[in-house]
Amino acid sequence: MATSVKADSGGSPASVPPSPAQHRRPSPSSLRSKIYHWDLKASPYAFIAPFFLCFAAFGLFPLIYTGWLSLHKVQLGAEGQAQWVGFENYAKLMGSEFFWHALVNTFTIGVISTVPQLLMALGLAHLLNSKLRGRAFLRIAVLTPYATSIAAATLVFAALFQTDYGLINSLLDVFGIGPVQWETSKWPAQIAISTIVTWRWTGYNALIYLAAMQAVPNDLYEAAALDGASRWRQFISVTIPSIRPTILFTIIVSTIGATQLFGEPMLYGGNVGISGGSGGQYQTLSLLLYQTGWTNNNLGRASAIAWVMLLILLLIGAIQVITARVNRKKLGG
Amino acid sequence: MTTQLPVAPATRRSRFALGAGDQRKAGPIAYVLLIVAALVSLFPLYWNLVAASNSGARVQQAPAPLLPGSHLLDNLSVAWNEVHMGTALVNTTVVASVVSLSTVLFATLAGFAFAKLRFKGRNLLLGLVVATMTVPPQLTVIPLYQIVTDLHWTDTLQAVIMPSLVAAFGVFFMRQFLVEALPVELVEAARMDGANSLRIIWHIVFPIARPAMAVLGMLTFVQSWNDFFWPFIVLTDNGTPTLQVSLAGLGAGNHTVDSAIVLAGALISTVPLLLVFAFLGKHIVGGITAGAVKS
Repeated sequence: MATSVKADSGGSPASVPPSPAQHRRPSPSSLRSKIYHWDLKASPYAFIAPFFLCFAAFGLFPLIYTGWLSLHKVQLGAEGQAQWVGFENYAKLMGSEFFWHALVNTFTIGVISTVPQLLMALGLAHLLNSKLRGRAFLRIAVLTPYATSIAAATLVFAALFQTDYGLINSLLDVFGIGPVQWETSKWPAQIAISTIVTWRWTGYNALIYLAAMQAVPNDLYEAAALDGASRWRQFISVTIPSIRPTILFTIIVSTIGATQLFGEPMLYGGNVGISGGSGGQYQTLSLLLYQTGWTNNNLGRASAIAWVMLLILLLIGAIQVITARVNRKKLGG
Repeated sequence: MTTQLPVAPATRRSRFALGAGDQRKAGPIAYVLLIVAALVSLFPLYWNLVAASNSGARVQQAPAPLLPGSHLLDNLSVAWNEVHMGTALVNTTVVASVVSLSTVLFATLAGFAFAKLRFKGRNLLLGLVVATMTVPPQLTVIPLYQIVTDLHWTDTLQAVIMPSLVAAFGVFFMRQFLVEALPVELVEAARMDGANSLRIIWHIVFPIARPAMAVLGMLTFVQSWNDFFWPFIVLTDNGTPTLQVSLAGLGAGNHTVDSAIVLAGALISTVPLLLVFAFLGKHIVGGITAGAVKS
């Protein structure tokens, strides 16, 4: 068969013996055979076409067009009157206090939601990865927050964190702490928002870690136990190194998630949510993008914010690649 | 690029069921910690019910109530009528169903091509699929909004559905499943017998991929049901909301309602998915651990 398209055995050399059915193949000259060959060549592209067409239309084109818009002064609904301004939007962002606040807030909220979340998920996965009664129930229970929406979770937590009558301040009051200003003070508000993110995603990450941990051969633990390693020591020296790629993966995904926080701060703030709280104390880049584009009607500037977010993501990607390389070198692989 | 992804070796059988794993017994401290984790996970949902079933005045009074009250139906009906919750429930169901069906269908086709067919540019294109998983909606939202406006699609469901018809994660998920689950000999034998690609898809790929398609469908449904950013931007008129947009309208202070009613609205948006979890929880857990690891 003079064609580059054939079934692929998935990396390993094909070891299929010549099939007895081979002689039944349609004769090369017939029309049927032509259709057959055409089908063989074209079908892979036909199968991937829907994805790539949709992606080109609703992913790639808008991404590039956003970059083009970011070099213009343009208002909502008046794209025809876009006016070329070069890098002025970016320059104005760099000189804008709001932008730097949003950038720093995105970073701090990202850190205080991602770090505890992943550490707790690791611990939780370790606990779930042993002989347990009620294992199925516990796994479903910790995953349940994943089924709630950003909107529902945020509204519930906003009520729990309410300063005057919220349950959390009542609880803190028992210990003689408070009342904490969960809405108006900067750090408490950021911690409250991070709590919502952490609550929704810890169980999900724990299950991802659990799956990776189950692939670690039991022999490794037995050998470590023979050498007198405690369970904690085994966790640090066997489990963590074995699932390092998964950990790196969750760090990347959580970081990407953290750069786009929008619904949590917006809904947490109620009627001041769009501006990220009464003093912008938890305004994120996504909120600033929305506010700039839709409230202040400055699409060019909003597009520039979007592209700054893209640059941040590319930076994260580069760090991932470098970290993976360094890790591999360290392991001598 | 793909070789760096953490791929947990899984046999065909264990694919969607977590194994026993570490066979050492959990100690009492482990039980205490796990029960605390389960309580922390479930408590906000329980308290959502408590708040939604008490009067607004009671919820806004310290100390906050801890037991369900008798105002549930009143609060639900106010929330329901205030922000078109009935329409929202139907809209959300339609959107999540269409998005799930289309995502699963296209992901299975593309996943099969990437897993078992050899064609020019395969590795490059697969790398592109993986790369697109990192593009957040914020980066494309402005032109998409313009497209939707130009098409006069604002406040319609197709505006919500359109950008979500395919998902890179789904393509990668199906590819990972089919690499292992679909014996290449089966495809080759069918080819030898003269079966065309559509027959192979229909009679071989779909039946074998069914468990993964179900999992991907459930995950996509949950995600689409809960989606907020894009629907919030494109559904500006209160007449055509999805549940999350209704809920945002209820909670953002546009309406003179108390938190008991806002939380009754939250309950309406959450309960359908909680029921799904109650019945299919095990499968969803298995699906996340089988698929999400490799995304």
